Amino acid sequence: MKVLVAMSGGVDSSVAAAMMVEAGHDVIGVTLKLWEGPGGAMPTAGCCTVSDSEDARRVAAQLDIPYYVLNYTDRFKTGVVDRFLDDYLHGRTPNPCIECNRTVKFDHLLSQAGEFNCDLVVTGHYARNTYRDGFWRLSRGVDADKDQSYVLAMLGQRELEQVQFPVGVQTKAETREIAAGLGLRTAAKPDSQDICFVGDGDYRDFVRKHSDEAERPGVLVDTAGNVVGEHQGIINFTVGQRKGLGVTFGEPRYVVEVKPESSTVVIGRRSDLAVRSIVVDQVTWVTGAQPDRPAVIVQYRAHGEANPAVFAVDDDHVIINFDRTQYGIAVGQTAALYDGDEVVGSGIIVA
Amino acid sequence: MLYLDHAATTPMRPAVWEAMEPFVTDTFGNSSGSHGVSRRAKNALEEAREVIAGLIGARPQEIVFTSGGTEADNLAIKGPALSSRGGGVVTTAVEHEAVLESAHFLASLGKPVTLVAPGSNGSVEPDRFVAAITSDTAVASVMVANNETGAVLPVTEIADAIRAASPGVLVHTDAVQAFNSQDLNVDELGVDLLSLAAHKFGGPRGVGLLYVRAGTLLEPVLHGGGQELGMRSGTHNVMGAVGMAVAAQIAVLDRAHFRARVAAERDAFEARLGELLRATPTIVGDRLPQHAHLRFPKRTNETMLIQLDQGGVAGSAGSACQSGAVTPSHVLSAMGMSPVEAAECLRFSFGWTTEPGDGLRGAELVAGLLS
Repeated sequence: MKVLVAMSGGVDSSVAAAMMVEAGHDVIGVTLKLWEGPGGAMPTAGCCTVSDSEDARRVAAQLDIPYYVLNYTDRFKTGVVDRFLDDYLHGRTPNPCIECNRTVKFDHLLSQAGEFNCDLVVTGHYARNTYRDGFWRLSRGVDADKDQSYVLAMLGQRELEQVQFPVGVQTKAETREIAAGLGLRTAAKPDSQDICFVGDGDYRDFVRKHSDEAERPGVLVDTAGNVVGEHQGIINFTVGQRKGLGVTFGEPRYVVEVKPESSTVVIGRRSDLAVRSIVVDQVTWVTGAQPDRPAVIVQYRAHGEANPAVFAVDDDHVIINFDRTQYGIAVGQTAALYDGDEVVGSGIIVA
Repeated sequence: MLYLDHAATTPMRPAVWEAMEPFVTDTFGNSSGSHGVSRRAKNALEEAREVIAGLIGARPQEIVFTSGGTEADNLAIKGPALSSRGGGVVTTAVEHEAVLESAHFLASLGKPVTLVAPGSNGSVEPDRFVAAITSDTAVASVMVANNETGAVLPVTEIADAIRAASPGVLVHTDAVQAFNSQDLNVDELGVDLLSLAAHKFGGPRGVGLLYVRAGTLLEPVLHGGGQELGMRSGTHNVMGAVGMAVAAQIAVLDRAHFRARVAAERDAFEARLGELLRATPTIVGDRLPQHAHLRFPKRTNETMLIQLDQGGVAGSAGSACQSGAVTPSHVLSAMGMSPVEAAECLRFSFGWTTEPGDGLRGAELVAGLLS
């Protein structure tokens, strides 16, 4: 098969490419240039840096596969960064990696791969994609610590049919061993942790730099609506936050709601964060249809725990009732629904 | 492989390497030394200088060897601007980055810089260009032909008009892309400064020159030991200069033949791609015979380049960033193209290794890979 491997310059996608070559496929490597520094240069910190693309290029050269850098900066800016800013300014908590997968990697790149006559797009994600009972199934990666099925939960049959995650069947340690065995320069490269376009800095600084609205002062109110303090912009607050509120009480207080229109931040007790049910929209089902069994396990943070719940479809929304009370769920986060280790669907939390 | 990117760089002519080789091994001397091996190197360098000077109608002392076209352009723009009071630059918006970024740098130092916009034909109106000259202008720069589109610009007309109206202004031309196919004589062009790069016409990469009309005052860009009459310090690249001279001789001797040969292949290539993919030449009007700059409706250059590379065809988009990603072309956008239109364009360029039949064969190959 002819295979396109999306190479970030990290160890996972390096090994994914090596595994595809090893399997005898006709492989081409690409790096997506997503973000740029001043004057159109590759950024020097965070992801997509010059040194990352250089690592990818060198690994591709070692594997003797063609390698290209594709310019995705416009697409990434509109689909991911602008939306990231918009979400924060509207009091939502976005996950830009998920948006990138939805609007960039598993959307445009898939169609572009077709133009290069590639049958398959391969990434270095820790997840498994298998075919069973007439459907492609997305499951958690074997390495529970590294599992990335959550950020891929929006994928459906059209995408899964065209993608493969070769490292998802092994642990990160095994991936590094393969890389070391092949003498790949990325074998010991540290994992990337940050939001790629934010780099080493705080995402709040990034939002401040890109929007004046972020610094509109406002008030802190309690759950009864009494003003208890002032603040220098809603960007400094996310739901569930305890530190840095600028006011102190006898017992811990948390951000329970952010109201961007009035630049108001509501704070309350932990019990005010308690949630038993949530509403999600933009719902996708992996097989294209909702599962028969309403009992699911729901994960709403990238490395958060999974919680048993029951879902019910209501028009184009899904209502999720958790078995146990949850604390600190924020609007804008993605809820991924699992049946055991298998992703069945996902949506974005709206209430 | 079908190599249709000769405008980026072209293979060295075999005779060039033969001439260069002794200077890698036996005649390795530093041409500034005072012993035998240095003297022999120095002699070869000066011989190369004489040869090249003769080929462009210049005197040997008017040739300043550089590391290539970029350095020559830098010296041509910054040199006059930094050695005069006004220090202004007038140039076109379609110049090579070496000129534009030098001008941009000068603007950051407070020097007045004007970029004259081209028409949709990729060339500039002489009247419009000359009207931008002011009493502050130190240097006016117009390329002989654009490296991307191949459009030929009216250098002689502009130089004549400037000399008549503002005799104090130095006129520079970037002839880097043109030397293969265009007759170039500094007096006929009427220029004071002219940039060349050896690797564009079958010489080695890493060597070029700036023609500097006798009596012209330039502030050097590289300071040091004072080689090249103080205008360009640094130990001489003797083998580079020797190679450049041989390549230039061959290019000039072959010029008429080269023109006819590449034009025939280019025309066949364009005609067939017009039939097969409805591709259209971007430039109508005077242009280099070796350039095919084509617009492919509803396609994008990034994707096309990869499709072509997969099939062993080397073409080019306007420009690429350090990483290799295709970036929007400043030339096409200056010509009034939208980003989408500009992204539909590719440059194919023919060269001295182009064989009869390559045009037609190339078109068929390209069409097959793109569909």
